[in-house]
Amino acid sequence: MRRTPFYEQHVELGAKLVPFAGWEMPVLYEGIKEEHTAVRTHAGMFDVSHMGEVEVEGHGALEFLQLVLSNDVARVAVGGAQYSCLCNESGGVVDDVFLYRLGTDRYLIVTNASNHETDLQWLGRWSREYEVAVRDVADRYAMLAVQGPHARAILAETLKIELPERFHVRAAQVGRRPALICGTGYTGEDGVELLVDPEVSIPIFTELRLAGIVPCGLGARDTLRLEVCYPLHGHELTPERNPIEADLAWACKEETGFLGSPAVATARAEGTAERLVAFTIEGAGIPRDGNPVLGERGAQVGTVTSGTFAPSLELGAGMAYVRADLAEPGTEVEIDVRGRHRPARIASKPLYP
Amino acid sequence: MAEANYPDDLRYHDQHDWVRVEGDTATFGITWYAQDTLGEVVFFEPPEVGTVLTKDSSYAEVESVKAVSDVIAPMSGEVTEVNDSLSDSPEKINEDPYGEGWLVKVSLSHPEESEALLSAAEYQKLLDR
Repeated sequence: MRRTPFYEQHVELGAKLVPFAGWEMPVLYEGIKEEHTAVRTHAGMFDVSHMGEVEVEGHGALEFLQLVLSNDVARVAVGGAQYSCLCNESGGVVDDVFLYRLGTDRYLIVTNASNHETDLQWLGRWSREYEVAVRDVADRYAMLAVQGPHARAILAETLKIELPERFHVRAAQVGRRPALICGTGYTGEDGVELLVDPEVSIPIFTELRLAGIVPCGLGARDTLRLEVCYPLHGHELTPERNPIEADLAWACKEETGFLGSPAVATARAEGTAERLVAFTIEGAGIPRDGNPVLGERGAQVGTVTSGTFAPSLELGAGMAYVRADLAEPGTEVEIDVRGRHRPARIASKPLYP
Repeated sequence: MAEANYPDDLRYHDQHDWVRVEGDTATFGITWYAQDTLGEVVFFEPPEVGTVLTKDSSYAEVESVKAVSDVIAPMSGEVTEVNDSLSDSPEKINEDPYGEGWLVKVSLSHPEESEALLSAAEYQKLLDR
């Protein structure tokens, strides 16, 4: 099991540690609801050092990234950021990533922990014909997501740094070492993600904690992202599902000719058999990953991909793939939660706010 | 409650349930260890009054934000009362697992089953292993 540079800190704070994608990660410190609320109302920080970083550099970088990423990379200026999918030839999602443009011919891709090795191989394989270097730089950074309505103010004051705007990236000195500050996150709240030198990561964590930023675990990260309907690879996104059915059409620009773009174009034009929807349970019950979604007369019309008790909504909620004709918000369905049929309603995204 | 606590006047089942036996009736609940492992309880699915429980079988579910857990009957009998206040305040199971967080009251069919249950000291020994 791998440990992040913040590991000792988690142990010291009494975090409950769980295995996640080969890493020993904090699922909670005090409690998921408490940490969730801290991010919605104040500021919280998450160790996300398990996520991977890949640097892509060279004269052919743009051309190469247009091949492997679904979004239009040409629209990203230096200092900009963009969400994208890595698609296979059938249009299935290999991973979903954030791209940051660090220089004219230099980009950073942040990958999901569980897909980092796959992504590296995938990028390596397709880079051969381009004038580009693909480097695994995951060990170079400790990553801390600082999120919440007060996150920026506390960070700027505590670290004495200038923060990038939303969907931008800035180089800065943090703990007297070079760092990257990214105006992105996975909670639906304002905030930044810090990529810092692992050697100075613990003093930074401590400084931010003493400034009132609440350490939060992966449990709250999951409930926060679910309420704002951000997909999670391995749940909503898989190599068997294309971005169109996952409601990520906005992150696909087929005119760039990316890998899988013909399949994505067909899915966009013809529609897909199923679509990813958000839903809430009406009344009691908490849906869980894998629960069947039932339509009229109890026939299965879909499957839950993520489900939880949503702390800000105070009810059971989740996301599911359902038959496309049932994807309209307001549609009534039932969720089979371990044999109990719970009335539910397809809802507009995001569920919160 | 923040600190581990196992009252001496209760009997314990190794699946982390407690019983308060009063003659032929008993109150059931989950132990401090069970609620601590589960985390903040957000939902309790009780059995209906009149349900017949069999020792060692699941009779209810408690859910935290992340996980679901079956609740195991430490003894056999018929449910005479369920703790309705938990539907609005399931967090009582965390805050007061042996008091306001009780789950059901049961009319015991085999009161002698309590003899096979663990004392507080025996249960704690089990947890320490």
